[in-house]
Amino acid sequence: MVMGDLVTEVDVAVLGGGPGGYSAAFRCAELGLETVVVDAGKRLGGACLYEGCIPSKALLHVAAVLGEAERAREFGVDFGEPRISLDPLRKWKTDRVVGKLSRGLASVAKAKGVQIIGGRGAFEDSRTIRVGGDEPQVVRFKHAVIAVGSLPMVPPGLALESDRVMDSTAALEVPDIPERLLVIGGGYIGLELGQVYAALGSRVTLVEMTDGLLPGADRDLVQPLARRCEKLFPAIHLKTKVTALKEVGDTIEAAVEGQDVQAFDRVLVAVGRRAVSESLGLETTKVKLADRGFVLVDERCRTSDPHVYAVGDLTGEPMLAHRAMRQGKVAAECIAGRPSAFDNVAVPAVVFTDPEVAWCGLMESQAQQAGRSVKVAKFSWAASGRAATIGRSDGLTKLIVDAATGRVLGVGITGPGAGELIAEAALAIETAVTAEDLAVTIHAHPTLSEGLMEAAESLLHGGEK
Amino acid sequence: MPRTFVLPDLGEGLVEAEIRNVLVKEGDVVREDSPLLEVETDKAQVEIPSPFAGRVEKIHVQPGQTVKVGQPLVSFGDETGTSAPTRSAPAVAARAPAPASAERKAPAAPPVDGSPVPATPSTRRLARELGVDLRAVRSSGPGGRITDDDVRGAAGKPAGAAQPAAKAAAPAGPAKPLAAVGLEPPPLPKFEQWGPVERQPLSHLRRTIAERMALSAALIPHVTHFDKADITDLNTIVTRSFEAAKQRGIMLTLTSFLLKAAALALQEYPQFNASLDAGAGELILKRYCHLGIAVATDRGLIVPVIRDVDKKPVMELARELATLAARVREGKATLDDLRGGTFTVTNIGALGGTGAIPIINYPEVAILGVARGREEPVVRGGQIVPRTMLPITLTFDHRVADGADGARFAQAIIRRLEAPETLFVEW
Repeated sequence: MVMGDLVTEVDVAVLGGGPGGYSAAFRCAELGLETVVVDAGKRLGGACLYEGCIPSKALLHVAAVLGEAERAREFGVDFGEPRISLDPLRKWKTDRVVGKLSRGLASVAKAKGVQIIGGRGAFEDSRTIRVGGDEPQVVRFKHAVIAVGSLPMVPPGLALESDRVMDSTAALEVPDIPERLLVIGGGYIGLELGQVYAALGSRVTLVEMTDGLLPGADRDLVQPLARRCEKLFPAIHLKTKVTALKEVGDTIEAAVEGQDVQAFDRVLVAVGRRAVSESLGLETTKVKLADRGFVLVDERCRTSDPHVYAVGDLTGEPMLAHRAMRQGKVAAECIAGRPSAFDNVAVPAVVFTDPEVAWCGLMESQAQQAGRSVKVAKFSWAASGRAATIGRSDGLTKLIVDAATGRVLGVGITGPGAGELIAEAALAIETAVTAEDLAVTIHAHPTLSEGLMEAAESLLHGGEK
Repeated sequence: MPRTFVLPDLGEGLVEAEIRNVLVKEGDVVREDSPLLEVETDKAQVEIPSPFAGRVEKIHVQPGQTVKVGQPLVSFGDETGTSAPTRSAPAVAARAPAPASAERKAPAAPPVDGSPVPATPSTRRLARELGVDLRAVRSSGPGGRITDDDVRGAAGKPAGAAQPAAKAAAPAGPAKPLAAVGLEPPPLPKFEQWGPVERQPLSHLRRTIAERMALSAALIPHVTHFDKADITDLNTIVTRSFEAAKQRGIMLTLTSFLLKAAALALQEYPQFNASLDAGAGELILKRYCHLGIAVATDRGLIVPVIRDVDKKPVMELARELATLAARVREGKATLDDLRGGTFTVTNIGALGGTGAIPIINYPEVAILGVARGREEPVVRGGQIVPRTMLPITLTFDHRVADGADGARFAQAIIRRLEAPETLFVEW
């Protein structure tokens, strides 16, 4: 430590102001621990609020409204062709949505007495973080929580010094509506943003390396989404790689396997995210890393260094804000000496496309791989009254239960509102309810939530046939 | 793959047991359900059957040792090729012949296939708090779900419902488990300075009695009402019927009449067939009448319970009493034999005495003590006549009833003992 350093002494220093970081900080403060957050942007919200979940959902809402207006023609309502003004759209997204939430988080921090220090922080040892930038200082802590998250990954072959090649962060800014958009990656980010741009009017070509969209999700859940994407996107290439990108004038020429070189106005690279564990000074601590730069943590979110905890994307898959938030609270409670643990059984995953796809717990494909004895029930929304009234009978609710006990192990839902519907499934799995519990619980009629009840009921009565 | 059998949860509140006997040797091949161990708990000596068929590889305990629920007892080796890797307690409850035990049969142990333990997040937090490994907890919920009570049971903390002492704690004062009553005994002097001493560890049963009695004495303001019953007529009936009963295999004693008289009087004064829920500020009146009867054994005092005394004829009570007392003395009583009492009768008459003040069997409200009935000179109509007088004491919880109530209740018992026909022709 250099003489003259500004030194802040706290109980807990949280590195990173995203969902994991602010959840940890807020909970620490609630438990009476003096807490600071060190955040490069001197703000709370992280990638989730500024470059991820929230702005993408705002744009997807716009896409959904456009889609609904289009569908309205089916029942005799014609709004005419939509006229899209990007400036008001961006302003709405940035001020009314992101800005409002950002101000909300700042006021919560203030109310809870959590100080936010602007600047990049790096460990100097297991008790010290040095913060650079405009507010250089040294933070001495009893415990630290690392929550610096992840960044979009760009494969070396696709790295191009051109703002026409965008990562998800850039794409969410909606610099313009490109006439021809190449989306590389058929995971949730590529699909969500691909649908946004398609709804705004871009002609989207999607390239996915594996043999299907949303790798990892059960195929039957993906199918309705795949069908919708086939309508929205002029071209989808599966089992295909983009081997090279080249800027030519105002366009990007893409070498797509098995295709002629094609020109696009913009390219979105959405092949995944990577943990940001470098340049944190972790080598000055006892923190140990696993593969792909992930920080090793135990059930209590403790790293190998007794003073240092880690939460969120940095600690591995699934890289989801709500997982990070739960971890942040666990870390805070463990620091405060409480018997907390991240022992959650189900982390719901939601793809906010049209239709939405959501799942949590054990998937059918995982059960098969593990050789687990399960029963699977599917309820097609073709039989749902509510789905018919909104003209969306393409949904599916799928229930996976333990064959012996009937305990709910996994649920997958595809269809409008799946992201909301999955909450009941998460509760069911987390609290170890049985199919019978779901079947006899009254679900309001007519709603899409009846799907889970119907699926459960078919399991109960399946044995009686 | 070797399988280890751990001490299963033996039922409400029982956290440990003393090994009395190991009935197998290492190397023995045992059948499922064949007797493995005899253990003595707070409440009874019970036989634990083997949950597995197989060869006994290692015995982890020896007679006299006290083991906690979840502690390994016996490891089994591979035998017939069924190598299910059951690693936690298959939860074999103490076998009780009573029909009630059927529904207490242990459900399957939680899955060991790596799937999450079926318990809600709050239950899992409780388990962490109490240091309980959920995978070793016997589940009582649907689909093998582990409840808070299961976890508390495994941790040795009685569940809410089964722990009136702890529940009473909140507003009413010192109603907590004994440890918390706050009577820290002062240090003992060095007795050796006055002569040689020998230290004997208390048996499990002795310790339990000590704790229960201290709890009751510390918690309940005891009041005792003294009286005498003229049992001359009753005695005649007992004496006259004794032989006839004996021929039918029934050992007819005064005690069965006492039980009947008490049961009928309890119908009249239900506040003595009750428990005080001090935490809730409520008196719990029991709409059943199961009477405990103190039985002296060479190991110590045990109180088995006879169910539905009010509904059974005296002869039936006599029969049950004899078999139950025999089971208790042989150490073969089951837990169900010892639970659920609503009121206790203790008869020390066989050992003499002119009266005794027993301690209430917490959480009951009252206890009837009976000393030896003797012929005494009694004044009747100006004449001194010899009558057989039975000294009785009714000890009760003054929080629940007052002296006048106690006197009336005692009278209700005496009235029946003095008019024994009322014990056969009930009203």
